[in-house]
Amino acid sequence: MESLYAITTGILAACGLFLTLRGRSFPVVVGLTLLSYAVNLFLFSMGGLTSNGAVILDGNGSYADPLPQALVLTAIVIGFAMTAFAVILAMRARGDMGNDHVDGRQMDESREERR
Amino acid sequence: MTLLWIALLPLLGVLVPALTERRGRRFCSLATGLLPALALWLTLSHLPALADGETLRFAVDWIPALGLDLAFRLDGLSVLFNLLILGIGLLILLYAHYYLSPDEPFGRFYAYLILFMASMVGIVMADNLLLLWLFWEMTSLSSFLLIGFWSRQSDARKGARMALTVTGAGGLALLAGLLLLGDMVGSFDMNVVLDSADVILADPRYPVMLGLVLIGAFTKSAQLPFQFWLPHAMAAPTPVSAYLHSATMVKAGIFLMARLHPAIAGSEMWSVTVTLVGMATMIYGAWFALLKTDLKGILAFSTVSHLGLITALLGIGSPMAILAALFHIINHATFKGALFMSAGIIDHETGTRELDKLGGLRRAMPVTALLMTLAAASMAGVPLLNGFLSKEMFFTETLETGLFGGLGWLLPLLATLGGVLSVAYSLRLVHAVFFKPAKAAPPKHPHEPPRLMRAPVELLVALCVAVGLFPAVLATGLMDLATRAVLGESLDFHLAIWHGVNAPLLMSMFALAAGITLYMFHAPVRRFVRQFGTTDARLIFEGSVQRLVARSQALTGRLENGSLQRYMGLLLGSALVLATLGLIELPQLAGSRPEAELDGVLIFGAALLIFGAVGTVVTHRYRLISLLMLSVVGLVVSLTFARFSAPDLALTQLSVEVVTMILLMLALFFLPQKTPRESSAHRTIRDIALAGALGMVVASLNYAVLTRETESISRFFLDNSVPGGGGHNVVNVILVDFRGFDTLGEITVLAIAGLAIFKLLNRLRLFMPHSDGEGRIWSPDRYPMILTSVSQWLLPLALLVSVFIFLRGHNQPGGGFIAGLVTAVALILVYMARGVEWTQNRLDFPYQPVAIGGVAVATLTGLGSWLFGRPFLTSAFGHFKLPLIGEFELATAMLFDLGVYLAVVGATLMILANLGKVTTPHRPSKDTQPAPSKEKS
Repeated sequence: MESLYAITTGILAACGLFLTLRGRSFPVVVGLTLLSYAVNLFLFSMGGLTSNGAVILDGNGSYADPLPQALVLTAIVIGFAMTAFAVILAMRARGDMGNDHVDGRQMDESREERR
Repeated sequence: MTLLWIALLPLLGVLVPALTERRGRRFCSLATGLLPALALWLTLSHLPALADGETLRFAVDWIPALGLDLAFRLDGLSVLFNLLILGIGLLILLYAHYYLSPDEPFGRFYAYLILFMASMVGIVMADNLLLLWLFWEMTSLSSFLLIGFWSRQSDARKGARMALTVTGAGGLALLAGLLLLGDMVGSFDMNVVLDSADVILADPRYPVMLGLVLIGAFTKSAQLPFQFWLPHAMAAPTPVSAYLHSATMVKAGIFLMARLHPAIAGSEMWSVTVTLVGMATMIYGAWFALLKTDLKGILAFSTVSHLGLITALLGIGSPMAILAALFHIINHATFKGALFMSAGIIDHETGTRELDKLGGLRRAMPVTALLMTLAAASMAGVPLLNGFLSKEMFFTETLETGLFGGLGWLLPLLATLGGVLSVAYSLRLVHAVFFKPAKAAPPKHPHEPPRLMRAPVELLVALCVAVGLFPAVLATGLMDLATRAVLGESLDFHLAIWHGVNAPLLMSMFALAAGITLYMFHAPVRRFVRQFGTTDARLIFEGSVQRLVARSQALTGRLENGSLQRYMGLLLGSALVLATLGLIELPQLAGSRPEAELDGVLIFGAALLIFGAVGTVVTHRYRLISLLMLSVVGLVVSLTFARFSAPDLALTQLSVEVVTMILLMLALFFLPQKTPRESSAHRTIRDIALAGALGMVVASLNYAVLTRETESISRFFLDNSVPGGGGHNVVNVILVDFRGFDTLGEITVLAIAGLAIFKLLNRLRLFMPHSDGEGRIWSPDRYPMILTSVSQWLLPLALLVSVFIFLRGHNQPGGGFIAGLVTAVALILVYMARGVEWTQNRLDFPYQPVAIGGVAVATLTGLGSWLFGRPFLTSAFGHFKLPLIGEFELATAMLFDLGVYLAVVGATLMILANLGKVTTPHRPSKDTQPAPSKEKS
């Protein structure tokens, strides 16, 4: 199970990173989102993977490690804020530059792209 | 305690000019002089105690962890220098009062000058190596400000920069040296260091330490090969040159060598290096002083030469040599201070400092002529003046030292040569200015300066003569104190003019005669030298600075060419290298923990995740499909959290997923629907390789961690959640209680992101397509009936659910984050079903205050615990009973969670609702013109 989990995290990270290396803003934002999934899964697993663990303190049972969960919970919300900021920045860049290239160069899109 | 005041008074004095500048220059000058005068008086009041052989010390802890104490000492050496610094400083103040022209910002000048004075006093009184270094750097900085005082002149700026670079670099070397020294001894306390000569000399790091400390001292005291900055520092106003660059600052390096002499000087390495450097500097400076034609230039090089002389004496290091060095320090300060100030007077009254343009001033300024002649005679070593006495002692020491064995005759020879040259340039200085007939009239009609402007010169020259005539009476006491501070014991010496006809006297006489001869023939000498062509140190320095800047710019340009893709590539590449290096150090990848069983659900989930992720990449040029693939990943991630016992995370991920997808869809509406194919095959392969390699590193790391036993610190949270936080949901208790401060930070970031987006959307003009990527016109049915009616039903229910999730959060999965997201989703659904306009009319309030209010509520909750004398964000809770409802629990953590809730709702809606508004005439724009030009295309 652990190896499958690790491989999945790795593939998610690789896909996300590949997209962040693209030249247009939207795929980069998608890539960042994908990467943050991978990172969250990675961080989450730092406390070990607990199946059927108790979540609420009731005096018995094996508990899932709460600390990574708390960290990842805030990470998810912050990740959303980051994605939102990046995508709005991309929109703004397109509005000001006339194209959605990440390098922020001033050039006009060709006509068929605009449709 | 008064020791602290001696050091602090000048420092406080920095403020005085700023406070009194408006009251006029006379008042300001007097007020500025007050505190240094008081410090001088305090210093003198300690003389009796010092004469009894005491060393006064004072210390309080400052930063004990670094070994830095606010420790001061007052011994003979400090007194000697304090007299120089404060005494000459006051004279300079008086002189500057007349020197600066009326429209110059004298308050600023005084403040810099006093800052420098305070730093110098700090250096000579510091009883802690690090404190000494601190003041050392302060002198570099204040000297930079003073040299560059006439900042409109290019010379002044360049000279200041060069001085700062050289002395600043030397200061860094000194810091390294002092840290090494402190490490050898085990303390930065000056007393301990001075008593540990054996330990220091035996340490294998001694040569390195000595080299670094000497670099510091040589840069400051302008010794070869760092001498080049001093002549260029003469771009400063003359009071600064007189004070910093002859009397005090350049003596700081010499002071350092004298101060540390007992600790680090007892080696052959010290004697040979310091003596040779000093001798070479002396000859070099004297030679160029003879060749210069600028009055201040001559004095600058002669200062270099005399500093070399003192350095050489410290290198020889016998008790009598130390005495001679200390004696020459004050003698040089008196005659050179007087000479600089006279040069300033001449410059001030005639408008030029060029020897070629001056001449015959004897008639116009007879008193100045007399004063300057006496001072120059002292510099040349003419008998019956103080310069003669110390120069005689220098000659004696070069004869008596056993250094260099068979080559021992070299030192007296060089010393005599230095003497010859110094007679020649002193003679030239006086003769060319006052006695030689003038070739042309100077720019201004020369006359005597104001009476009080000349007073400092008169005083200093009087000292030269008095000490020269009655050395035993006037100088013995002070010299005894100072030498005792360096040598640790009293030295039996006798300062006298006449020692009988001996070798040093013959050397002096020879130097006088040969110097006069050399001056008579110096014109052909100068002609001869002129063929060699000179290199200007400043050009070399500026050239190397510019080369350095150009190279750095080229390097920066190569790394930072404005392409985000390149930055990402470099970033990921270096991350790959570092992570790989870390992985290689692992003995083996798999740990000891056995793997858990796989089941069908898990495999299916993993397959879905992989399918979604790869699908997102493969379809990334068709953005909408790629986005759909991404949402698959998000949903399965949420299920994964649920599978591994994290319901809080699953709920959060689910609601964030919904919000993110809506946001990205909305954004995609304004962006091109397809990504053009523009990456070359080469680049694609490179990116796949890089991303794939990093993915493998991530997978390996994750596997390595998962198969090892973990020791979590969570036991603490599990044990204390109920008794300490009053909640059974440990995740929520960590968020709102144990790590509440982190959460506060995160909701603040969230609110800031919301605000930033709000501002980014302001006045945004975007092209709004009226058809999708395939050219299909959008459906005319903008608000479908079913969605409209369902959303209306759902809203109250969803709000109820969010309240429920919020309230139970402390003990069951839920809490402020999740409840906030659920509320936000419910409201966004209404926006989508009914349109922005409809909703706007009914929900007519801005979301910014909600988000900020949320952060405020959370912060105030945290601050509230201060009212009860507890640390920030301490939570309290209690159990209450109400009829009908039964027992329930209230915790301040719930109030904090309310803040989190509000911040999340506010920020999320601020982002989405404002983005939604861009599609309508309600766009957040101050323009009344709703149709941007691009829409016409």
